[in-house]
Amino acid sequence: MSYKLQFAELLPYWNVLLYGLVFTIALTIVSTAVGIAVGTAGAAARTFGPVWLGRIVAVYVELIRNTPFIVQLFFIFFGLPALGLKLSETTAAFLAMVINLGAYSTEIIRAGIEAVPKGHIEAGLSLAMTKWEVLRRIVLNQAFRKIYPALSSQIIIVMLGSAVVSQISAEDLTYAANFIASRNFRNFEVYLLVALAYLVLAMLMRAALRALGRVIFKAR
Amino acid sequence: MLQFSFWDILSNLLVATQWTIVLSLIAFFCGGIVGLILLFMRTSRIAPLEWFTKIYIEFFQGTPLLMQLFLFFFGIALFGIEVSPWMAATLALTFWTSAFLTEIWRGCVEAIPKGQWEASSSLALSYIEQMRYVILPQASRIAVAPTVGFSVQVIKGTALASIIGFVELTKAGTMLNNATFRPFLVYSLVALIYFCLCFPLSWWAKKIEGRLNVAR
Amino acid sequence: MSLVSIRDVRKSFGPNEVLKGVSLDIAKGDVVAIIGRSGSGKSTLLRCINGLETYQSGTIVADGIEVGGAATNLRELRRHVGMVFQQFNLFPHLTAAENVMLAPTVVNKTSKAEARATAAEVLAKVGLSEKMDAYPSELSGGQQQRVAIARSLAMRPKVLLCDEITSALDPELVNEVLRVVEQLAREGMTLILVTHEMRFARDVGTKLVFMHHGKVHEEGVPKEVFAAPRTPELQQFVGQVS
Ligand SMILES: Nc1ncnc2c1ncn2[C@@H]1O[C@H](COP(=O)(O)OP(=O)(O)OP(=O)(O)O)[C@@H](O)[C@H]1O
Ligand SMILES: [Mg+2]
Repeated sequence: MSYKLQFAELLPYWNVLLYGLVFTIALTIVSTAVGIAVGTAGAAARTFGPVWLGRIVAVYVELIRNTPFIVQLFFIFFGLPALGLKLSETTAAFLAMVINLGAYSTEIIRAGIEAVPKGHIEAGLSLAMTKWEVLRRIVLNQAFRKIYPALSSQIIIVMLGSAVVSQISAEDLTYAANFIASRNFRNFEVYLLVALAYLVLAMLMRAALRALGRVIFKAR
Repeated sequence: MLQFSFWDILSNLLVATQWTIVLSLIAFFCGGIVGLILLFMRTSRIAPLEWFTKIYIEFFQGTPLLMQLFLFFFGIALFGIEVSPWMAATLALTFWTSAFLTEIWRGCVEAIPKGQWEASSSLALSYIEQMRYVILPQASRIAVAPTVGFSVQVIKGTALASIIGFVELTKAGTMLNNATFRPFLVYSLVALIYFCLCFPLSWWAKKIEGRLNVAR
Repeated sequence: MSLVSIRDVRKSFGPNEVLKGVSLDIAKGDVVAIIGRSGSGKSTLLRCINGLETYQSGTIVADGIEVGGAATNLRELRRHVGMVFQQFNLFPHLTAAENVMLAPTVVNKTSKAEARATAAEVLAKVGLSEKMDAYPSELSGGQQQRVAIARSLAMRPKVLLCDEITSALDPELVNEVLRVVEQLAREGMTLILVTHEMRFARDVGTKLVFMHHGKVHEEGVPKEVFAAPRTPELQQFVGQVS
């Protein structure tokens, strides 16, 4: 290979990369929080809600799980304005990620809820706990404990998937990479560096989620 | 300006869908072959081979598929080889698929009781023979459901090939949108076609999984 | 010369020394019964003989092959040293006959027809001629264990290692397996058995080995050892189990 890799040429752009990195992290954290809230509501609706609501949630889950994230993103960013709903790049990216993670986490959390033994719910009710208390303290607590690893993996998958939001010009880490590559033409170096940044981010997130899990589930 | 009817849009999308299917099949089968080789390496208990596969899997599971597509697209060009989007997409999707399949299958191999390894060791079978005649026939039974399930991810993954210019369903959608300015219709149809490809596979995977659980 | 010779073998799992210098000589045709408390290292010793476990020091030579060497041909060793397990470990996706035929066809490259003839012969020997095409899940525990014995016999081993092969069986199924082992002993097969069946050890064994805390604590002719245990540990052990 006669080509020489020139990583030094990326140095002037460190602030662009940093901005993209912070954007990706922030986008991931915010949409994870909201997405899991959506998933919890969806799972509760499917297991405890009225049948018609459960059906709607099921359709939502299957629609999202069986279409590519990029198509969902394009639909929201390009398609919805046709209905008069104009969103900024960042809002569209956020919304797409929430809808996506919401569907996956609905399925994951639902599986966790269904694994909670019926006897535990009856025991809670017989202790004069309200239905809401039983849901929160017994069902969801146990369910989350059980599905936490699966949910953690899904969060990381969503973070990696967020690279696609660069395609609607949301200014994430991949957008930064594209921007730099278009300026200095060091495509391979930029993408290699950014790929490794994602890799490190994924590993750090995995470690952080594990630590968080220990804190959340130990105390109770 | 050219006028596109609904049927023009749909038929154009369906033509492009063929390429989504072809790319998915190639990625799935080539990824399966590479994944099988990696599986042997990963479970070989030969340290350098295990390390190599661990790093390989970590890289392809820990970086965005989009980055991998870019890296193949621009990386191969560094060797002075002319790269087509087609070639970069095939390679990236194959390696990406193989990493996930290896991990899925490793889980299935590890679910086989240790006694099966010990008994076949005691009968003087070599590692490859153990895998071939004892472990894989049993592991493959439990591997079908998650493997079919993952094929859905492969189909969805091919959508990213549109970004490096490979004309498949998503790219065709973008092109038609630019020509017709009917984004709502175009992307609804694109999503619907993906759904028709993926949902039967998801449904089938779930069905096999259920049947296996009953059998136990 | 002995068929299996074990010299001062030491084996640790981490800091836990499980075999603390075991020496044992086993001649052709011996039927060695190894007894001892749970955790005394019986299984570990057996598993060292066919290389399922590695050991840290000492030597084991089985059928002229040194087991622990760096370049040991384990495949060659295991062709001549068979093993039967407590949990049978039959291959559930293969029929009884296929279980038996696997190693001869794959390892020894015997033809299918010849391997099938061998399978018929060894399955007849364990009394399961009519179960050749049954899957393990269709067999009782005792039948499964007899298939497992047949599977080992098909390789024509010089030594057969048996690790508590009746312990996982319902009491009424124990005898059908023991009868098969007894028959093998009578035919001159060299056997090393870890067992809790004291009567069987006394009646069928030619040599008794009592293991205690990772060592051979006492050994001798079974009838004599049982009649007059020399060490208090064996006295106590025999008193407990019989
Ligand atoms: N794979 C292993 N890793 C760590 N320790 C082990 C392992 N296998 C056995 N040991 C330990 O080695 C000691 C001896 O075990 P071994 O299985 O040889 O005993 P045993 O005499 O066969 O007992 P039992 O009658 O219960 O089968 C035990 O303390 C056991 O905990
Ligand atoms: Mg034991």
